[in-house]
Amino acid sequence: MSNISNTNESAGGNLTARALREGIFAGIIALGLFVLFVGLETTQNIRNELVLNQRWGLLAIFVIIAAVGRFLTVAYFQPSMAARKAAASKVAADTEESFFKRNFSKIAIVALLIYPPLMVMLFGVQGSLKWVDNFGIQILIYVMLAWGLNIVVGLAGLLDLGYVAFYAVGAYSYALLSQQFGFSFWVLLPLAGILAAFWGMILGFPVLRLKGDYLAIVTLAFGEIIRLVLINWTEVTKGTFGVSGIPKASIFGIWSFDVSAPNNFAKAFGLPMSSAYYKIFLFYLILALALLTAYVTIRLRRMPIGRAWEALREDEIACRSLGINTVTTKLTAFAIGAMFGGFAGSFFAVRQGFVSPESFVFLESAIILAIVVLGGMGSLVGIAVAAAVMVGGTELLREMTFLKAVFGPDFTPELYRMLIFGLAMVVVMVWKPRGFVGSREPTAFLRERKSVSGSFTKEGHG
Amino acid sequence: MAPETKIATNTMTNDPILKVEHLSMRFGGLMAINDLSFEAHRGDITALIGPNGAGKTTVFNCVTGFYKPTMGMITMRQKAGKEFLLERMTDFEVNRDAKVARTFQNIRLFSGLTVLENLLVAQHNALMKASGYTILGLLGLPTYKKAAAESIDIAKYWLEKANLIERADDPAGDLPYGAQRRLEIARAMCTGPEFLCLDEPAAGLNPRESAALNDLLRSIRNDSGTSILLIEHDMSVVMEISDHVVVLEYGQKISDGTPDHVKNDPKVIAAYLGVEDDEVEEVIEEIEVIAENDGTQGGSH
Repeated sequence: MSNISNTNESAGGNLTARALREGIFAGIIALGLFVLFVGLETTQNIRNELVLNQRWGLLAIFVIIAAVGRFLTVAYFQPSMAARKAAASKVAADTEESFFKRNFSKIAIVALLIYPPLMVMLFGVQGSLKWVDNFGIQILIYVMLAWGLNIVVGLAGLLDLGYVAFYAVGAYSYALLSQQFGFSFWVLLPLAGILAAFWGMILGFPVLRLKGDYLAIVTLAFGEIIRLVLINWTEVTKGTFGVSGIPKASIFGIWSFDVSAPNNFAKAFGLPMSSAYYKIFLFYLILALALLTAYVTIRLRRMPIGRAWEALREDEIACRSLGINTVTTKLTAFAIGAMFGGFAGSFFAVRQGFVSPESFVFLESAIILAIVVLGGMGSLVGIAVAAAVMVGGTELLREMTFLKAVFGPDFTPELYRMLIFGLAMVVVMVWKPRGFVGSREPTAFLRERKSVSGSFTKEGHG
Repeated sequence: MAPETKIATNTMTNDPILKVEHLSMRFGGLMAINDLSFEAHRGDITALIGPNGAGKTTVFNCVTGFYKPTMGMITMRQKAGKEFLLERMTDFEVNRDAKVARTFQNIRLFSGLTVLENLLVAQHNALMKASGYTILGLLGLPTYKKAAAESIDIAKYWLEKANLIERADDPAGDLPYGAQRRLEIARAMCTGPEFLCLDEPAAGLNPRESAALNDLLRSIRNDSGTSILLIEHDMSVVMEISDHVVVLEYGQKISDGTPDHVKNDPKVIAAYLGVEDDEVEEVIEEIEVIAENDGTQGGSH
């Protein structure tokens, strides 16, 4: 029956007739469904007797909504959607790559470079703080973390649920070493990366034989072990109190951001005192670190080691048959991913001036992994977009004070953060199961660079 | 009898590239391979045939290091005279050091990588050295750039041989089945092997594709001097291109010789086709005679 009506869909009269028929049909089904649920209500009266309330009016509303809804869907909504889809596919075929799409990453980098001055111009020095710190730096930290995890999960296909452990190692190495030995940020940044990479290797060795779910469980446990050590090793880490008073970073030791220092940045340039300059400096610092991560990832993908990672994700046994030592290949993926986690961690410590185990819970790992999966495993642009949407979106919820006017003064939108986060994930996964950017760019080509559809790439099993 | 002796003399004069001696492989109670000995000669295409479940793929997995044999010795002798005991090496070392490459019965391509990338991954070890284990390559030194360009030339050479040059930039998973088989062979050849093991390369190919496969295998043998060991069920491939055939049944060798010799061996015919009731006695007698001969030959080795 549906076949016949489909063939006649173009004729307007037939469409209306079909919509009417389906509407009446939906109404009958709704009536059958709701007659006992809605039409009749059983309650107890004051003498504990069962009373049957008849609610025919309410039932009529239900049935009418179902019938009219079905009618409108079939008669108007479905044809307009089909028309839009046809138009969209036609347009996509015509102008395949717009200027914006082709140069997306260049435009994005330029936009990020002019972002802090723009915010200062728009909101003033003090007003820009929120936009640079809460949005800019916060998003860029997650971009960098997700790009680091992308090496392990997206390229090598090793599911790591404990990535936040390396973030913690980086943060605590900066916090403790700077306080104990007074090393500066620029010395400790590479050191934190090396220490995190070392921990990556330590994690890597025992789990090399594990695959898929088993690997995920062990990395999850590793993340928790690091956190519990930070909580319980109170002599060194001060436990749940955390380490505070972490020194600020300086601009290569030339200008400092300490208020009392003689070479204070604001004093040196005769500017009014404000913490905004430090935040702007931190913004450019994390931007540089994130771009370094992206640059190294792009370069490594074209190296034999990067190709071996991707081959490992596709088929480990085939890799071994081609003489690739999968043990060292996996270890390098773990170590390099962990190193960028360590860089991000030491930056985090510098930005906050305070670290505690609270910041390194499993939820952080889950969010970073969610960003990688939503962005499209292996795709740097997709991951950056996903981080901006996920982290920026949750920050934006805090700004939505107008919702208080709608839902009453007790309404706090940020409490719905996780609900919306989950909903967004479900929607994206239904809409684009391979993430925002599901295709992968080949690392070498003979004639033309054709991107590989996501349906051919694998997720990796170990 | 005559072919037997001929093979024996061949073995003496020819230079064996792979020597399998008293190989046994046991999975729990199952003896998958039982005291198997054979040789593959340099420059030959050696075929390993036998009914389903005869243990052919197990032999392959032992030779290429994917299984550790229960007993026996597998010696690979390279052109330069260097010898490797394959049963002591792990799978990736067998390829990297002993230069033995293999393909798989169920194709194992990197389906999300392009055809060209598949061939570049195969040159991993050479490129790793050229890139100074990534570090020099990251700095953009010219040695790596040169090596990378060379690797693309090697890939191009094999793409042309396998008739895949038109599809070089397509994902490997997008190729038709026959092309995937050829790509897997080309990928194995990109590791620069001296000995190539092919597990059912003609499985699922139509007659035209298997003719193209025959040409590819012959040109690999003639142009690159790579010796080939192949498992195959397609007798048109086996009889046409192989120089030497080893027949397995229930993990034991039942025949060994030229294709013509094997084709007429009553034991092989019995293994493949079975025998009629009135012929059974006759065949058993023949088998016993041959078994005795084999026994004496084995002893004299």
